Amino acid sequence: MKASPAQARTVEAGLPAEAEEVAFDIKNFSLWYGQRQALQDVTIRIPAKKVTAIIGPSGCGKSTFLRALNRMHELTPGTRLEGSLRHFGEDLYGPGVEAVAIRRRVGMVFQKSNPFPTMSIAENVLVGLRLNGVRDKRVLQSRLEESLHMAALWDEVKDVLNRPGTSLSGGQQQRLCIARSLAVQPETLLMDEPCSALDPLATAKIEELIQTLRERYTVVIVTHNMQQAARCSDRTAFFYLGRLIEFGNTRNIFTSPSNPQTEAYVSGRFG
Amino acid sequence: MTESPYLPTPQFARWRKAKSSAVTGILVACALAVIAPLFLVIYFLLEKGFSSLDWNFFTQLPKPTGEVGGGMANAIVGSVVLLAMATVFGVPFGIFGGIYLAEYGSDRANNWIRFAADVLNGVPSIVWGMVVYLLLVVPFKGFSAYAGGVALGLMMVPLVMRTTEEVLILVPQSYREAALALGVARWKMIVVIVVRTALKGIATGVIIALARIAGETAPLLFTALGNTFWSHNLKEPISALPLQIFAYGLSPYDDWHRQAWAGALVLMALIIVLNVTVRVLSRDRSKTD
Repeated sequence: MKASPAQARTVEAGLPAEAEEVAFDIKNFSLWYGQRQALQDVTIRIPAKKVTAIIGPSGCGKSTFLRALNRMHELTPGTRLEGSLRHFGEDLYGPGVEAVAIRRRVGMVFQKSNPFPTMSIAENVLVGLRLNGVRDKRVLQSRLEESLHMAALWDEVKDVLNRPGTSLSGGQQQRLCIARSLAVQPETLLMDEPCSALDPLATAKIEELIQTLRERYTVVIVTHNMQQAARCSDRTAFFYLGRLIEFGNTRNIFTSPSNPQTEAYVSGRFG
Repeated sequence: MTESPYLPTPQFARWRKAKSSAVTGILVACALAVIAPLFLVIYFLLEKGFSSLDWNFFTQLPKPTGEVGGGMANAIVGSVVLLAMATVFGVPFGIFGGIYLAEYGSDRANNWIRFAADVLNGVPSIVWGMVVYLLLVVPFKGFSAYAGGVALGLMMVPLVMRTTEEVLILVPQSYREAALALGVARWKMIVVIVVRTALKGIATGVIIALARIAGETAPLLFTALGNTFWSHNLKEPISALPLQIFAYGLSPYDDWHRQAWAGALVLMALIIVLNVTVRVLSRDRSKTD
């Protein structure tokens, strides 16, 4: 199947169409861990209210890239970066910009589900709000329900909200973590291989959930699983050796990639 | 019939079995030698002290020299007061120091702090007594419960600090990341997530430190001094079980020797209770995690 010329151009330019709102506008972004350069000159515009998948072999910098989007990489000592990263127009690394404020707008779900072991299901969902000073019981109750509904977990836990978060199954725990991230009402949700520790059934539930999330949130998901990227993302970015090799509509990336390295990777010839 | 080449000669097999049981025997004997002192201590304390444990021992003040009877009520209360003061003085520094080591300190600074804490752990307890004597007894012109509490508290600091650091480091990094990713400030993350997750471990460390200092006599000799009456003012000398045992044990009176044994039995019981508490806490922890 041949891509139409218009589509091919989009793929090559790596840019969303003009009318689209941009969530992350990233230009000439490079990042070092000490002496080692992990990302080289990445320029990408990630669209708002779409699911963008980041694929690439292990060590290609995709997790590093994701963690730079809400400055989680700063927990690793000795990192340094160059370039410009904007989230809905605001410079993520501008002078005086606090990582804490960014992370409230750009939430993150991790590879391994990590509900807080000392807290109940309800407390886990609400911890972000409580620690950010929300005291109003009505607000907390409505956010609790709303977040658990959004995370497609409400029906399973509505009668056991006071049980420990760790009493849930692996897939439920991961959805609890998604609910916890949604409760602080971020604009963007970053997901770092959220299904890699889950069985196929739990994975299917999370993927279904990602489809509904895009109505309200921008989702950026790092995945090792190319079928997952193909199934649940609108855009796909292929990283290799710290560089963004190709970015475009997921369908094009998987059916008619313009770069031979992308083609080799998505067809399973390496990685 | 041919002998299998893998079968040892009967003599060799006997010799090997003898060696095996000899070594096993030595190991069992050593293991018994390790726990035997505990049973000896408990046996002697029960034999010499149990008969003297009566209502009076827990409720009465020591009788004046030469008179028979009386008890160690003031020493028991004094010990509790001193341990409480040591906890108040020592535990906050220990916990906050441990949080610094686990969450904030640079590798370089941490190495120095850990080294200092390990040296402090090895400072003989009599030296603590002398230092606090110079710091608090001489300037304020008098022995006091405060000085005793500070001396014991100082001994708790390095112990609590190191155990706090250890249990905080055991809290998985993923919980810290999860909290930070919610836009929670770092200090709130540390208090609400990290410290709360490790709370049992920290409590265990505090109790272990209490058990360590509960029987200390030397740091109190130059600080709390001891008192044969109720102490109503923390600026005055106060009695403590180890001090009272020390004083009675050195005395020439049989009745006081009897009471010293009873005091030692009470002190030992306190330390066993603290250690059992630690075991129960640690068992709960391994179950929930």
